[in-house]
Amino acid sequence: MPELSYDKKIEKVLELLHKDCRKSLEEMATMLDIPMTEVADIIDKLEKDGVIIGYGARINWDKAYSQNTVTAYIELRVTPQRNKGFDRIAERIYQFPEVKAINLMSGSYDFGITVEGKNIKEVSLFVSEHLAPMESIVGTATHFVLKRYKYDGVICCKPSKDEREVISL
Amino acid sequence: MSIDIQGLINPVVRDIPPSGIRKFFDIAAEMDDAISLGVGEPDFVTPWHIRDEGIYSLEKGMTYYTSNSGLKELRFELSKYMKRRFSLDYDPLTQLLITVGGSEAIDLCIRSVICNGDEVLIPEPSFVCYSPITRLAGGVPVPIVTKAENNFKLTAEELKAAITPKTRVLVLPFPNNPTGAIMNEEDLWEIAEVLRGTNIIVLSDEIYAELTYGDKKHFSIAQIPDMYERTVLVSGFSKAYAMTGWRLGYACGHPDLIKAMTKVHQFAIMSAPTTAQYAAIEALRNGDDDIEMMKNEYDMRRRVIVQGFNDMGLECFEPKGAFYAFPSIKSTGLTSNDFCERCLREKKVAVIPGTAFGQSGEGFIRCSYAYSIDSINEALSRIEAFVKTLK
Ligand SMILES: Cc1ncc(COP(=O)(O)O)c(C=O)c1O
Repeated sequence: MPELSYDKKIEKVLELLHKDCRKSLEEMATMLDIPMTEVADIIDKLEKDGVIIGYGARINWDKAYSQNTVTAYIELRVTPQRNKGFDRIAERIYQFPEVKAINLMSGSYDFGITVEGKNIKEVSLFVSEHLAPMESIVGTATHFVLKRYKYDGVICCKPSKDEREVISL
Repeated sequence: MSIDIQGLINPVVRDIPPSGIRKFFDIAAEMDDAISLGVGEPDFVTPWHIRDEGIYSLEKGMTYYTSNSGLKELRFELSKYMKRRFSLDYDPLTQLLITVGGSEAIDLCIRSVICNGDEVLIPEPSFVCYSPITRLAGGVPVPIVTKAENNFKLTAEELKAAITPKTRVLVLPFPNNPTGAIMNEEDLWEIAEVLRGTNIIVLSDEIYAELTYGDKKHFSIAQIPDMYERTVLVSGFSKAYAMTGWRLGYACGHPDLIKAMTKVHQFAIMSAPTTAQYAAIEALRNGDDDIEMMKNEYDMRRRVIVQGFNDMGLECFEPKGAFYAFPSIKSTGLTSNDFCERCLREKKVAVIPGTAFGQSGEGFIRCSYAYSIDSINEALSRIEAFVKTLK
């Protein structure tokens, strides 16, 4: 087997962990044909360097028992602050625990944020009482998620079933 | 007195034994939580952009037959692909034939060459179709047993010993189903040495060519200059692009052979499925990355399954191609058939006895790794538990 380059190994380890972060070091080592200690070192480095910032389950909340969560995708238009640009505003917005994700965007608005709450009312209140009044925010547009079809590369609403039939080969 | 249908069945057909593969599936299908490593087809669905082209061709109303040989555009694209991936030159107009799977291409090749007691050399264990097709053509299948100690390769000596004045065709089924063995360039030069000066055609079944692991690329016997002429290279879209259900394959070879095969094809089949041919053009044009992605995935599973069998004491030779592991179960003292039957009944795992691929498969089982890692791990732990009960 040709030895994988270090960058390639990092890429492969990240791919495996992203798909399934519960995979054991041993199994990853077998799959990639590199020593277990090396896999461990790579993961250590990725954690230290802030490439891996956490491990968690990918959850289809729509199906979680008795779990009430609504998700909204909110577009924010802002006026950047002198010398601080957008970062200062982002830092203030991401402090709210309701905000699950925030990205600076190109195009017709500035930030795209994902907000979760127990119901539509709670999210709406959050927007009107906390976000909209912030002085640098000049406009918001809130879109509620109605149904999740695919999330983080995984299709949510289709059970994966082996459709292959019996055949002589 | 009603008509004696049984008595009317061609004795050659009547005497073809039932597939040893189906039997276990039929049992497994009746179990609730049986898990299988039995299926010999990719678990991936055809990449979306390829499916989309098939759909688009339907939207455009491309629902006619194609020419007998297949869409010209597809043959031109295939010619470029053979050059790009395997450094082989085939004229799209006279040397390529689009078929209904590699299966049809195998049938056409054997039927176009074999009659009246001609002999076909078939390395075994191997895919199940070569021998019945040979018999149906009036030929005689001559198995050549490949050995675990030779990594299941065909050796020059074994070949030489099997050749008789009646030998017309040598089937070269590599990368191999079920063993996962490959023949590399040096091995094939040795085979070429034996074939030189004979009147033997090589039917090279390279359907798993794209699934060759390790640092060396697949090498075809047709790449050896003086073997090119006598080689019919058979392949298809099933394994490389996860397109089994589209039923599309092809044959590449000498214009005279392709012409003869096209003759049989036009009367038996007319033309391969049109929708599949449009999708295949897209596969050849923009599918190299898909092949790479799927191959990498199989490769990781391959390492897990081989390691798993070796760890539980079932010695497993390292497969270098296709998507099958072929561990030895000789240490258990069971026959392949008993092993598989008991494994299915006691631990609900379906694997295929090596004997389904020729008597020489005795002492081995075929386990496909065209399954998710989770299924493979679950199957491995059940097989391990089963093996432990035998001690
Ligand atoms: C060795 C070999 N050749 C040929 C085929 C036929 O494939 P298809 O007719 O789908 O192209 C198979 C299918 O399993 C195979 O394993």
